[in-house]
Amino acid sequence: MTEDGLFRAALKSRNLVVGHLLAAAFAIGALLSLFWTPYDVTELTIATRLQAPSAVHWFGTDHFGRDILSMIMVGAQTSIAVAIVAVGIGMGIGVPLGLAAAARRGRLLDETIMRGNDLVFAFPSLLIAIMITTVFGPSALNAIIAIGIFNIPVFARLTRGAALPLWTRDYILSARVSGKGPVRISVEHILPNVTNLLIVQGTIQFSLGILAEAALSYVGLGVQPPTPSWGRMLADSQTLIAIAPHMAMFPGFAILLTVLGLNLAGDGLRDLLDPRIRNA
Amino acid sequence: MIKIQQSATAFALLALTAGGAWAAKADVTIGMQLEPPHLDPTSAAAGAIDQALYSNVFEGLTRFGPDGSVGPGLAESWEISADGTMYTFNLREGVKFHDGTDFEATDVVFSLDRARAEDSANAQKALFSGIKSVEAIDPTTVVVTLNAPQGNFLFNMAWGDAVIVAPESIDDIKSNPVGTGAFKFSEWKRGDSITIERNADYWGAAPALEQATFKYISEPTAAFSAMMAGDIDAFYSYPAPENLVQFEADPRFTVLAGNTEGETILAINNKMEPFGDVRVRKAVSMAIDRQAIIDGAMFGYGTPIGTHFAPHHPDYVDLTGNAPHDPEGAKALLAEAGYPDGFETTLKLPPPSYARRGGEIIAAQLRDVGIEAEISNLEWAQWLEQVFRGYDYGLTIVSHTEPMDIGIYARPTYYFQYDNPEFQALITALSVENDPATRTEMLQEAQRIISEDYVNGFLFQLALTSVVDARLDGIWPDAPTQAVDLTGVSWTE
Amino acid sequence: MLRYTVKRLGSLLASLVVASLVIFACIEVVPGDPASFMLGINAQPDTVAALREELGLNRAPHERYIAWVGGLMTGDFGTSYTYRSPVSEIVVERLAISLPLAIYALSLTILVAFPVGILAATRRGSLTDISVMATTQLGIAIPNFWFALLMVLIFAVNLRWFSAGGFPGWDEGIPAAIKALTLPAIALALPQASILARVMRSSLLDTLSEDYIRTARAKGLTGRQALRRHALRNALIPVLTIIGLQFSFLLAGAIIIENVFFLPGLGRLVFQAISQRDLIVVESVVMLLVFAVIIVNFLVDLAYAWVDPRLRSRA
Repeated sequence: MTEDGLFRAALKSRNLVVGHLLAAAFAIGALLSLFWTPYDVTELTIATRLQAPSAVHWFGTDHFGRDILSMIMVGAQTSIAVAIVAVGIGMGIGVPLGLAAAARRGRLLDETIMRGNDLVFAFPSLLIAIMITTVFGPSALNAIIAIGIFNIPVFARLTRGAALPLWTRDYILSARVSGKGPVRISVEHILPNVTNLLIVQGTIQFSLGILAEAALSYVGLGVQPPTPSWGRMLADSQTLIAIAPHMAMFPGFAILLTVLGLNLAGDGLRDLLDPRIRNA
Repeated sequence: MIKIQQSATAFALLALTAGGAWAAKADVTIGMQLEPPHLDPTSAAAGAIDQALYSNVFEGLTRFGPDGSVGPGLAESWEISADGTMYTFNLREGVKFHDGTDFEATDVVFSLDRARAEDSANAQKALFSGIKSVEAIDPTTVVVTLNAPQGNFLFNMAWGDAVIVAPESIDDIKSNPVGTGAFKFSEWKRGDSITIERNADYWGAAPALEQATFKYISEPTAAFSAMMAGDIDAFYSYPAPENLVQFEADPRFTVLAGNTEGETILAINNKMEPFGDVRVRKAVSMAIDRQAIIDGAMFGYGTPIGTHFAPHHPDYVDLTGNAPHDPEGAKALLAEAGYPDGFETTLKLPPPSYARRGGEIIAAQLRDVGIEAEISNLEWAQWLEQVFRGYDYGLTIVSHTEPMDIGIYARPTYYFQYDNPEFQALITALSVENDPATRTEMLQEAQRIISEDYVNGFLFQLALTSVVDARLDGIWPDAPTQAVDLTGVSWTE
Repeated sequence: MLRYTVKRLGSLLASLVVASLVIFACIEVVPGDPASFMLGINAQPDTVAALREELGLNRAPHERYIAWVGGLMTGDFGTSYTYRSPVSEIVVERLAISLPLAIYALSLTILVAFPVGILAATRRGSLTDISVMATTQLGIAIPNFWFALLMVLIFAVNLRWFSAGGFPGWDEGIPAAIKALTLPAIALALPQASILARVMRSSLLDTLSEDYIRTARAKGLTGRQALRRHALRNALIPVLTIIGLQFSFLLAGAIIIENVFFLPGLGRLVFQAISQRDLIVVESVVMLLVFAVIIVNFLVDLAYAWVDPRLRSRA
């Protein structure tokens, strides 16, 4: 397939286009906020608090009179950065571990990796995240670590689970006969065949990452004020939901649409990259 | 039980058809934010224990009234010796503990000796430190001898930490509290609720309520939903002032706005540079716009204060004029003190919303005069460790809820580390002074000293806001102490 | 199968030992003194020291570890610092809510996800498939505490079908208890069911395009027969993984939902215990949760071996 053909196929996928547009909108908002926001998010004006959306403040103002649109733009930086790094940690460490475990199935390496994984994974993630932030203090970095650690076993288990049946296939056997080592087979034959599931899981983990960051911030353990974060905006809005529903709606929809966009993009990508499905 | 309920229902229906009125409701469910860790008011600092049990289940020799006055409790009357060191308490007769045992003078001796013992776990041990001896003369007479005269001994004995407990039931007190009060402890569903029920053998006037349940709801949103959905009849000390407008507008509810003993301050670490310089402390105080904080963090509930004293107290002096909101003046003072470009410091905030929200506002106000205060949100345990014991902070916000606690400024090792011998001498003199007029003068002088030394940023007196069903009567609007006294609560209509 | 089981049991025990060490070590470094916390800001130093002695906090770490683990094995979880009653008692009270809630939510998840996932996969590209994909996308993307909040506003505050939260206790009757757990279970299940339905669909699609399914179809099996005899069973592997993940998540991860609905569950117990520095409760509950998850994983692994006999012969 030529690059041109791939591009045309991409345009045909509605998921891909809509998803990327949504995700891009927030990414652009986040990038733009590095240089410019409609209002200063650290400026408090109590006199103009809790204003409903208007031409002056498109998304209204919060309980301190801050501009919600500006806060959502800056908050996008936090959410996206934390989630991307956390998924990166999970995939970067989890996938190789899963491949190695599958390649050495039943042996000591497999056992060690999988038991180690079970162990990390057996710890209640949110509780441990709370403990990590208790010990080291609440911050964006600690939120990333707390979320990232728990992505590792997810990818490792999934990779191993999907790779195991592949190792019994004929084409793997013939690859072994032709003298390829387990590392090469894992990379050349196993990895491409599990990418599918990894993309699905990756998008899920990404959305979970954004949601987990929101949850941590929601309980006050994410980035600290005055840096805005979507989760804390939701927490702040809770008691005001009846008098200032816009405070709860905009950050809620920001999370929802970002996650939705990323998931749609992931789905579209999978359809595009999997030749079997596309040709079917 | 089912039968009783059925006949009660039948009776109620009858009353409805006959008299057109509903039979009086005799139980109440009160929402509260903090659940007690256990049920012994004499061995923990948790105010939640006193809130549920003080005056309801446990009583002391003296007791607080709704206005904070101290009146007779288990002691019917008392005589004070001429030198002010000997208190003879005449105890009420015929009082029984909830387990059926008699209340006698020996129980008082036991309780006070336990509280002041070497290995006592009493969180307010200082209340008892002036006691030299406690003796039972006969079953209804107790004599307490003090080391020196103490102006506020009867006040001290009214605290929840000084209630009378019995040696027979002390081992299980943490899960099964046995007192002498108008209500008996009934059930504790941990994480959910505590139920108390009317004590049929109570020595005093029987309460109108047969049963009361304290339901613990820590999330303000959940509190709002529970109140709106009618799951609870009242929420004591409602945690989200922003919702009060809605409750006020709803005829089903009454909002009680009262006073607490909580002076909310921006505490300054007086020993940490640059706060050792009084000009810097004054600049911090002038950078603060108290009204903006009260509006922004408390939605208008709260009274500005200029010193560490409750505005509803007769001896209060309004000193808010000592540090008016003046950012330019603050900058000039900072420049004079050698910080023309401001400086950086930390602002450590404990969990309550007055601190978290107030902290964000104060950080923004300080930024306007060039002071960069880096916020970190702490839990109470961390706050105690880092701020209170470790002195590792620049600024913090906390509400001091103990009544009449200006004396903390006389302790040089107290967490804000204010060391002023003149003030310390004044407080020492005050503690042995019995003349009311002189006491007033001294208290006012004490207020002035700390205000003019700008020891801390004095913000506002914390308001007590409770939301109650409009038909419920008798909930204390003020909080002279940590108590939800239900002995006078009833349903109207 | 027996050899495989015994081997897995061995590593299970090893995991438990390592886990207990890790938990104890983690808890040891948590700053903050439980005794100071309990006595508040007016406590005198000698009072704090007396309480520390009473709580056994002055003993050496290894002594406390041995006492703790020894207790765990005999069912004695120690005494809570703050509640001053046996940890096991408190935990059992809380489990009576958390366990049914997790099972309730997981049942909802599976009941919804399986049929929906299979339906979507077998009718790939149809309107059904598209609407399933769209709904599940939304289900995954909604923050569940936000969803819970909206449900409380609608069903408790406005419609008054449910109470806003709280738990009446099992002695009030099973229907009342189930009712109290319904909104929380839905809030927990929505994202989980969406995830599971998608995994089910995608995994089934993968197996359906495998050669042996094509062969089966070529041999004359109908689509439905091929699905039932071959595809479903193989597609279950990733699905089981996810269910295993989800159960443990539901058991401990309900903290925030427990807070929204003020349910006195296990998650909230630990959350409070962390902030009150009731370390013995934190240790014991985390250990218990870890234990539960390790057991669940063990069972999932056995299920793997059952679904795919090739794995067990190789092990």
